[in-house]
Amino acid sequence: MKMLADSLLELVRRTSAEIPDDVHQAILTALEREKHGTIAESAMRIIDQNIALAKQKSQPVCQDTGSIIFYVDCPLGFDQLGFEERAREAVTTATRKGYLRQNSVDSLTGRNDGTNVGPGSPAIHFHQHRLPEVKVRLILKGGGCENVGTQYSLPNTPLKANRDLDGCRKVILDAVLQAQGKGCGPGILGVCIGGDRATGYEHSKQQLLRRLDEPNPNPELNRLEQDIVETANKLGIGPMGFGGKTTLLGARIGMLNRLPASYFVSVSYMCWAYRRQGVRLAADGAIQEWLY
Amino acid sequence: MIELSTPLSEAAVRGLKVGDEAAITGMLYTGRDAVHKYLHEGGKLPDGVNLSGGVLYHCGPVVIKDAAGNWKCVAAGPTTSIREEPYQWQIIRDFGLRGVIGKGGMGDQTLGACREYGCVYLHAVGGAAQVLAECIQRVPTVHFMEQFGAPEAIWEFEVVRFPAIVTMDAHGNSLHKEVFAASQAELAKYV
Ligand code: SF4
Repeated sequence: MKMLADSLLELVRRTSAEIPDDVHQAILTALEREKHGTIAESAMRIIDQNIALAKQKSQPVCQDTGSIIFYVDCPLGFDQLGFEERAREAVTTATRKGYLRQNSVDSLTGRNDGTNVGPGSPAIHFHQHRLPEVKVRLILKGGGCENVGTQYSLPNTPLKANRDLDGCRKVILDAVLQAQGKGCGPGILGVCIGGDRATGYEHSKQQLLRRLDEPNPNPELNRLEQDIVETANKLGIGPMGFGGKTTLLGARIGMLNRLPASYFVSVSYMCWAYRRQGVRLAADGAIQEWLY
Repeated sequence: MIELSTPLSEAAVRGLKVGDEAAITGMLYTGRDAVHKYLHEGGKLPDGVNLSGGVLYHCGPVVIKDAAGNWKCVAAGPTTSIREEPYQWQIIRDFGLRGVIGKGGMGDQTLGACREYGCVYLHAVGGAAQVLAECIQRVPTVHFMEQFGAPEAIWEFEVVRFPAIVTMDAHGNSLHKEVFAASQAELAKYV
C-alpha cells in the first residue's frame, strides 16, 4: 500500500507541474494563430513560457492548484476504502511538499488546516469495470474558471433557446460570452446536455477527461463541439479577454437522459492551465503507464 | 513595451492607455480580500509601507524560506480582482495608489477612481505563476502575516520588468467593456 501512496503522490506532482501534450499542442497552435505584435500574442507567449518553466522546475503551473478530483476505474472487489486513505495521504504529502497549495477551507469557520483534506476534498469517483486493471485519473481545477461555470434550464426566453440542439448551442455560446476572459481563457468547455442539476454538472466535468485531439464518437455532438469552438473563436474575446483569435481551445460535450419536465445544459469552464493526468497501476500499486 | 518604475508619477500614469504593454520595475505590494476590507474599515498601513505612487498587486503568492532564511517567492500569479470592487476606489483615493495589478478587470467605481485620482488597472496573465515569480528578485519583508495568513498578507516584492497590460486607463476606458460589447455584437450574428 506504500507503493500506491507513492504512485498517487507522483501523479499529483506531475499533474500540478505539467500540462498534458494534447493541451500544450492546442496552446501552441493558438499562439501561432494570434496576430504578431498583439497583446493576445504576448499573453499566449507568456502562457507557453510558463508551461515550460513549471515543468523544468517541477513547480505548480498555476498557484491555484484547484479542486482535487480523482476518477478511478477499478475491478470488482477493489478496496475502495483503502484507496481513499492512500489518496488522502498522498494529498497531504503533496501539499507539504508544495505540489499543491494549502487550498481547502472549512466553509463554516473559514479555517484552513493546510492539509487539503476535509469534507469533499479530495473528491474521489469510483467506477467498476470487468477488467483486472486499475486506472487513476486526476484533474486539478482552479477556482477562477470554476466560478464562470454555469447551468441553463431550457427553454430560456431571453436567449431564445428552445429544447433542442440549437437551443443548447445558444446557451453554450452565451456561457462563453459571459465568461469573457475571467476564467483565464483561452478555455476548454466541458458540457452536459440533460441529467439533473447534480449529475449534469458532474458529467460536464467528466467531459474534461477526454483528450482534445480525439473526436466525439457521437457525430451530432462532434459537429456541435466543432461549431462551438469555431463560433466562439469568431467572437474576438481572445486570451485573457484581451481580444484576439483564440477564445476556446476546445469543447467536449456529453449527454445524459433527462426527465420529460427538465432540460438542463451544464457548462464547466476549464482554464488554459488544464491540469489532467492519469496512470495505469500494476497490482502492487506501481505506475505502469501514463495515460495522457 | 512601456517601461515603468515605481513610484509612478501621475504624469506617467495619465500617459498610459488601454492596450499598452508595460514592464514594471521597482516595488509591488500584494493585497487581497483581507487587506482591502481592513483598509476600507479605517485600518492603518503597517510601518514601512507607503502606497503613495505605489502599485498594489492582487495576489496570494506561495512564498517559502530558503536555506539562508530569506523569503523566496515560488508562485505569484494574479487573483480575481472584482472581489475588491467595493473597496478599491477608496484605497486609490486615500493612499495615492497609481497602479493596481490583477486579473479579470474591475467595475465602474474603480474605473471612476482611476480617472479622478490618476491610477491604472494592469492585467497580468492569469495562471502565469512561474513566469511572474521569476520577475521577483527579492522579497524584503511581509506585513500582517500573523493577522491575515500568508496568502492574504502584504508582501513586498522587488520586481524587474514584471509584464502586465493596461486594461483600464485613467481616461475612463476599459478594455473589458470594449471586448464585451464587441463580442456581444459579434455573437448576435451567429445565433
Ligand atoms: S482559473 Fe486556472 S489559470 Fe486562472 S488562476 Fe485559476 S487555476 Fe490558475
